Amino acid sequence: MLKKIANHIFFKGVSLMSVIEVTNLTKYYGKSRGIVDVSFSEEEGEIFGFIGPNGAGKSTTIRLLLSLIHPTSGSAKVFGKDVVAHGPEIRRDIGYLPSDVFYYEGMKVIDLLKYSASFYDCDCTQRMHELSEIMELEMNRRISDLSYGNKKKVGIVQGLLHSPKLLFLDEPTAGLDPLMQRKFFDLIRAENARGVTVFFSSHILGEVQRLCNRVGIIREGKIVEISDIRTLQQNNYKKVNVTADGLNPATFDLPGVTNLQTENGTLHFFFKGDINAVLQKISAIQVTDVTIEEPTLEEIFMHYYE
Amino acid sequence: MNANIYRHEFRIRLKSVIIWSLALTFLIVFFFSLFPVFADQAALMNEFLARYPQELRAAFGMDNMDLATVLGFYSFVFMFVQLCLAIQASNYGFGLVSIEESELTADFLLSKPVSRRQVMTSKLLAALTSLTLTNLVVWVSSFVAITLFREQREYETGTLLLLLLSIVIFQLFFLSVGLVVSLLVKRVRSVTPYALGLGFGMYVLSAFSGVFGEVALELITPFKHLDAPYIVKHAAYDTPLVLLNAAATLVALAVSYWLYIRRDIPAVS
Repeated sequence: MLKKIANHIFFKGVSLMSVIEVTNLTKYYGKSRGIVDVSFSEEEGEIFGFIGPNGAGKSTTIRLLLSLIHPTSGSAKVFGKDVVAHGPEIRRDIGYLPSDVFYYEGMKVIDLLKYSASFYDCDCTQRMHELSEIMELEMNRRISDLSYGNKKKVGIVQGLLHSPKLLFLDEPTAGLDPLMQRKFFDLIRAENARGVTVFFSSHILGEVQRLCNRVGIIREGKIVEISDIRTLQQNNYKKVNVTADGLNPATFDLPGVTNLQTENGTLHFFFKGDINAVLQKISAIQVTDVTIEEPTLEEIFMHYYE
Repeated sequence: MNANIYRHEFRIRLKSVIIWSLALTFLIVFFFSLFPVFADQAALMNEFLARYPQELRAAFGMDNMDLATVLGFYSFVFMFVQLCLAIQASNYGFGLVSIEESELTADFLLSKPVSRRQVMTSKLLAALTSLTLTNLVVWVSSFVAITLFREQREYETGTLLLLLLSIVIFQLFFLSVGLVVSLLVKRVRSVTPYALGLGFGMYVLSAFSGVFGEVALELITPFKHLDAPYIVKHAAYDTPLVLLNAAATLVALAVSYWLYIRRDIPAVS
């Protein structure tokens, strides 16, 4: 038994390979920039977060990996195979949920899902029903009658029904209500536990933090940083707002404090380091209100820009 | 070739095929039902036509046909059938891959494990099947109309077959030219104006070519490559022009494949 486990670990260790390997990938649409010189790799079983503001090149990267568009220069490999040369073969094991979902309007949900399933050599009927049940999708409705959120559910089911080994999620939560978002995240976690590698693009830092092991930050077509989510959080600034009577900004002049500003009796600053130092200072004074929050993505980007 | 795409594409066009087929059947049967009247009054008719300016007759291709004979009259009907078939085939050609892009379903289809070549071939074959169904309906309604209204007047079955066989070449031309144009322009927003433009445009070119008797225009338009009055008069195709037509079709198809395989699918918004 022990040997079996050891073997398993050993072989799993050996078989650990880059599922996605992007090397100096560049894409220009005519003269306008898509992405420039992007390189990164994703290991098997990882959930890789790809964050950046709109228009940064997140979708461009995913579309290149799916060979919906062709690179201007550089190369990309998925499952160790070049995406341009082996597209159809690679896509057999890929599930893709685009940021905006559009399907054949005249079709019924069930027909669309069956059409989608027909491309894979597997009997996906059972999985299809399971997923539709989890996502509470009504299969007999016409696509044209569905709300945006419901179309998104169709997208989720069609992206997962063939049990892919690699999932591309391009801003997947837009249009889903919080309850559905949670179900969706649970679903993704379950898939990941099964060994599925996930490439998760988003502009919402919070959801990336909830789900991902590692993140890449992209801005204006270029990768700014790739790091472990923990490192990112540790390095990260907290945004602190303190409201109190007779506040003296000098009280908070600690190492790690930046951008100290007073506005209408409220003190704003960014803090990086051991948060206890700030908490001690706060507990020493009589405050009316305190918030400590994650900086927005824009604020993090400002940090990377400085 | 991918059977799923083929089936899907065929189903999408089925309604359109039925409507076109019904329209063509009505056109052929009703139009040809006038034949007995024309034939009985042949002398009067020809005298009446002679009063029109030669240019006008040429524009409608009537300078070369004898409306008193079965095939003469049929070739007159056939030109309108050709116009309808041209619009239908261009419509399918322009929409073949561009509809997926304008309705934003291309991402869905092309993220499936199929190659662009497979997608294109399956779509082309599905469109060709749809066109062939329409073609068959034209064959049947033509034979029915002629049998019903010819009133014992004789005609050359061989020549009629030659006319009907030209349909497939004609359809392929408009299908592939529509396709290649749709891939050359950046984005086709609406298929119908393009299809009407190509169909009518070629027809008008052929009419002008009749008026001015200009050779250059004959080289462009399939309405001249497969000119019905010419085929009836000579009981043969104008071989060089038909070969030119087939060559244009083949080039359009080859270029379409080349462009589609290299195409960047435009993203949403």
